[in-house]
Amino acid sequence: MTDRPIRVLVAKPGLDGHDRGAKVVARALRDAGFEVIYTGLRQTPQQIVSAAIQEDVDLVGLSCLSGAHNTLFPKIKQLLVDEGAEDVVVFGGGIIPDDDATLLGEKGIEAVFGPGTDTRDIVTFIEKHPRFNGRFE
Amino acid sequence: MDAAELVEGVRAGKRRPVARLLSLVEENHPVAVEALRELHDATGGAHVVGVTGSPGTGKSTLTDRLIEHYRREGKRVGVIAVDPSSPFSGGAILGDRIRMQSRSTDPGVFIRSVGTRGALGGLSASTADAVKVLDASGCDVVIVETVGVGQAEVDVVRLADTVCVVLVPNLGDDVQAVKAGVMEIADVFVVNKADLDGSDKVHAEVEASMSLGHPDEDDFWWPPIVRTVADRATGVPELADAVAEHRAWAERTGHWHTRRRQRLRRQVRDLLHRAVERFAFSGQDPRDDFAPLFEAAQHGESAPQDVAARILDAFKRS
Ligand SMILES: Nc1nc2c(ncn2[C@@H]2O[C@H](COP(=O)(O)OP(=O)(O)O)[C@@H](O)[C@H]2O)c(=O)[nH]1
Ligand SMILES: [Mg+2]
Repeated sequence: MTDRPIRVLVAKPGLDGHDRGAKVVARALRDAGFEVIYTGLRQTPQQIVSAAIQEDVDLVGLSCLSGAHNTLFPKIKQLLVDEGAEDVVVFGGGIIPDDDATLLGEKGIEAVFGPGTDTRDIVTFIEKHPRFNGRFE
Repeated sequence: MDAAELVEGVRAGKRRPVARLLSLVEENHPVAVEALRELHDATGGAHVVGVTGSPGTGKSTLTDRLIEHYRREGKRVGVIAVDPSSPFSGGAILGDRIRMQSRSTDPGVFIRSVGTRGALGGLSASTADAVKVLDASGCDVVIVETVGVGQAEVDVVRLADTVCVVLVPNLGDDVQAVKAGVMEIADVFVVNKADLDGSDKVHAEVEASMSLGHPDEDDFWWPPIVRTVADRATGVPELADAVAEHRAWAERTGHWHTRRRQRLRRQVRDLLHRAVERFAFSGQDPRDDFAPLFEAAQHGESAPQDVAARILDAFKRS
C-alpha cells in the first residue's frame, strides 16, 4: 500500500480570462509533490464540483479575478456539501478585499490568498491542514 | 466507506463511491482488493478503448469527441487519462480535462485523471483495476488515454480491447517515434490534425510500415487508418466505426477472447506479485521479521537468493 499524494483541483470559475495566477499556483503545488488537476478557464460551479467529485480531490483551490468571488466561491462550497463532499477543503485566491475574505470564511472558504502571496504559504496551509493529520510535518 | 458500501455504490453507478474506490485502487489498499473481488461479476461488459500517441497529438481532444459521439448513441462512457508525474517531486499537473469539457456535467460520463507517480511498475496493474471499477459502474465504453512513449505506457494500453495510435503530420520520425513498440500494438491508426499539411505523407508512411513483415494469415486484422480533425470533430464517426469494426472482427475470430484471457493471466500475475511483495515488504523496507535476513546478506553471510528463498518458505507456510 502506498499513500497517495495530496490531490488538489485548481479551478477558474467566472468569466475572466486570466489564468497566470492559477498556473503559478498549480506549478508550485506540483513541485511540492501534490497532484494538481487543472480544468482550464471559465468553469461553472457545476463543472467544478463535478470534476472535484470524479477526481476525489482533497482540496479545491479557486482563482477568480472577475470580482464575482462572493457569489461563486460559496456556491461551489454549497454544491460540494449537497453532493455529500463537505469534507473537501475549499480555498481561494484573487483580488479579494479583507471584508470579503472574512465573509467567505464564514461561508466555509477556509483560506483566502491575495495577490502577491508567496506560494509557499499555500503549500504550508495545505500540509498543515488537520485533514492530513500531521502526515506532512 | 467500507468495502460493502463501496461495492453497493459502484454497482448502482453512484459517483462518490466510484471516485473513492478509484483512489483506493491507486493506493493498492486492501479494501480495494476486497471490493474488486466482489465486483468481478459486474465487469466485462465495457469495450475498453486505448488512445495513445506522443504528447500534443490531440488525444484528449479526440477523446472528448468520442465521448460526445458515444453519448449520442446513449452509451455511458468512462475515461482514465494518464499523465506523467514529475520524477523530481512525484507531483503532477494533470491537464487532460481542459480538453474534455463537452460533457463535463453529464451524469453518463465519468473522467478520472491519473499521475504515473514514478511507480511505473505498478501503473498497468492499477490502471487495469481502475478500468474494472468504471466497467462495474455501468460504463459501456472505457477510454484509456496514455502518452505513448515507453514500455510502461505500452503495457498500460495493452489492457485495452482496441488500441488507437494517434499520429500527426510533421512530428518527425524520431518523435513520431511512438516507434516500433507502439506502432505494433495499433488496432486503429488515427492521423489527427488532418487539416495540416503533411497528413498524406504520414498516411503513406503508416501504410508502408504495415506492408512490411505482417503474417499472411487469413484472420489478420489490417489496422485501418482514419483521418481526423479532432478540433472540428471531423472523422470522428469514422473513427468510432473503425473501433466497432475491430471489436466485431475480434469477436468473430476469437481474438477478443484471446486478448481477455491474456489480460486475466496478467492480472493474476500482478495480484501474486503484489501479495508476495506485501508479505515481504512494508513500503520500501523489509518487514521486521525479515530484516535480519537482509542484514545477514548485507554482511556477506548469505546471498540475495537465500533471502528470497527463506521469505518464500515463510510465505508458503503462512
Ligand atoms: N490543427 C489542429 N489542432 C488540433 C487538432 N486536434 C487537437 N488539436 C490541438 O492540439 C493541441 C493538443 O491537444 P490535446 O488534445 O491536449 O493533445 P494530447 O496531449 O495528445 O492529449 C491542442 O491545442 C488542440 O487544440 C486538429 O485536428 N487540428
Ligand atoms: Mg492529453
